[in-house]
Amino acid sequence: MYNLPREVILTTADQQRTPASDPSTSGATASAEARSSVDTGESPSKNLERIARTLRRHIISMTATAGSGHPGGSLSAVEIITCLFFQVLRCRASDPEWVERDRFILSKGHAAPLLYAALAETGYLPVGELCTLREMNSRLQGHPDKTCTPGVEMTCGSLGQGLSFGIGVALAARLNSLDYRVYVLLGDGECDEGQVWEATMSAAHFRIDNLVAIIDHNKLQIDGWNREVMNLEPFPDKWHAFGWHVVEVNGHDILQLLAAFGEAKQMKGRPTAIIAHTIKGKGVSFMENNVDFHGKAPTPEEADRALKELA
Amino acid sequence: MKELSSTREAYGKTLLALGRENPDIVVLDADLSKSTMTQFFAKGFPQRFFDCGIAEQNMVGIAAGLASSGKIAFASTFAVFATARCYDQLRMCVAQPHLNVKVVATHGGITVGEDGLSHQSIEDLALSCALPGFAVIVPADAVETTQVIRAAAATPGPFYVRLGRPKVPRVLSHDYRFVLGKAATLRQGFDATIVAIGIMVSRALEAAESLSQQGIDCRVLNMSTVKPLDVEAIVQAAADTGAVVTAEEHLEHGGLGARVAQVVARHQAVPMAFVALKDAFASSGTSEELLQRYGLTSAEIEKAVMSAVSRKKR
Repeated sequence: MYNLPREVILTTADQQRTPASDPSTSGATASAEARSSVDTGESPSKNLERIARTLRRHIISMTATAGSGHPGGSLSAVEIITCLFFQVLRCRASDPEWVERDRFILSKGHAAPLLYAALAETGYLPVGELCTLREMNSRLQGHPDKTCTPGVEMTCGSLGQGLSFGIGVALAARLNSLDYRVYVLLGDGECDEGQVWEATMSAAHFRIDNLVAIIDHNKLQIDGWNREVMNLEPFPDKWHAFGWHVVEVNGHDILQLLAAFGEAKQMKGRPTAIIAHTIKGKGVSFMENNVDFHGKAPTPEEADRALKELA
Repeated sequence: MKELSSTREAYGKTLLALGRENPDIVVLDADLSKSTMTQFFAKGFPQRFFDCGIAEQNMVGIAAGLASSGKIAFASTFAVFATARCYDQLRMCVAQPHLNVKVVATHGGITVGEDGLSHQSIEDLALSCALPGFAVIVPADAVETTQVIRAAAATPGPFYVRLGRPKVPRVLSHDYRFVLGKAATLRQGFDATIVAIGIMVSRALEAAESLSQQGIDCRVLNMSTVKPLDVEAIVQAAADTGAVVTAEEHLEHGGLGARVAQVVARHQAVPMAFVALKDAFASSGTSEELLQRYGLTSAEIEKAVMSAVSRKKR
């Protein structure tokens, strides 16, 4: 077990968090660290890039402390989650069950460290709790558990199920005359599961337009490259053929991601798939495109090197 | 000949009535609405009915999403597909978060008949009972089905309700009141107890009638709630009668018999016997032919009672 010094895990957020601003505005309340950069006149995308770096540091610290977990597929989706939690989602950390909130559903449940880091930096959880990842009695279970963690919309970890769940949540908005939107994050390897395509077909059939699937397309799964394990191509064509509006972006480019989310909001009568081309392990040189770090935590030495790179 | 009643039809009509009473009721099906009888609701409330096509895993996930957003979601298909086909979805999306999803499966057991083993659900009770937090119910006739469906709608949490294809004899009177988790004593007796569910309830009553003419007075319990089990009624029956026989249209392992035996072993050990399917798949045939072939008859129940009674300690 690698115990990081407390100050490494606690960012400035815990000490400096101020009460939430107007909760009706888009995006949850960012941590003081994040907001201070706005005050200094940084561009919004620079601000989000700073937050992304903070989330990456959390992922490294959390998995290293736990001694297990999934850093690779957490790091690849950092910009996607950053854009959602700090810009796109209409939500209230102080009221996780707010009925009009936008819903974020993590279908690739192994990216739990990333989700928890975002929930902490937006005020759903104390940042100091992040170091309890995977511990007995922790609210931060190895894969997300809807029943114990504020802000977690769905119990997940068994792949292929989030999009179906998201369709039900999206249909409920229609039935309840609410205008919330539903965002589901899938892995690319996850798309091997047949249920994903059952869901894809039905979302288009039900003409759901308040649903966005984001696929973290890092091209790697446990046994190797997608194309070697189970070829997904032609991947965008498949989503298109199933009746979805498809947008391909560089999944590490904040501006491209924000533009894609904006485009999805304009779509009427069909759901949108954002295929985000990403790099597994992004941000840490020795983890990038290294499938060994799919489900392996960094050693203490590796964590130190990674945190230096992310300083 | 006793009056026959269709549990499926009772389900469909009750859903339609519930739809009128409660706008939060939604119904999902997997291309079998004409057989499961969700078609009545589909016609009455097309905006609240979702035919998911032949995709049961997706159906369960969508039902869970609707339930997590405040809806009471009824999801129906044949029993064999409603459990085995989408088990992980039931486990992850419904059982663990304890959502308000009511899986109402029709065509349970071997009385599906001619379609054969692919459509005969012989292990669905074992599977559904193994899902933490699920209530599992097998109504005996149409009268009980109506009340079970209403109880499921009114009670928060996940339910699995198993109905059959063929019409069944009516065994309960119109003043019968289903209570979740409570067995109903359909016949009083002190020589042995027959605990039965579903289509086996009418056979248990026939067996009890026949046995009474041989001087053996059987208590008959309709144990429609298979989970949570009415422990009190079983313990009382074991204490009062000293022999317990179970009867079910399901595999011997993991169904009603196994659950009742656990209670008897723990609280009030008495001789038991089990009328159930043995460890094998069944074949095609008419319902009656199959029930004869695989020993799900009143005659087999009688034999089982004699066996258990003969093993009582004098």
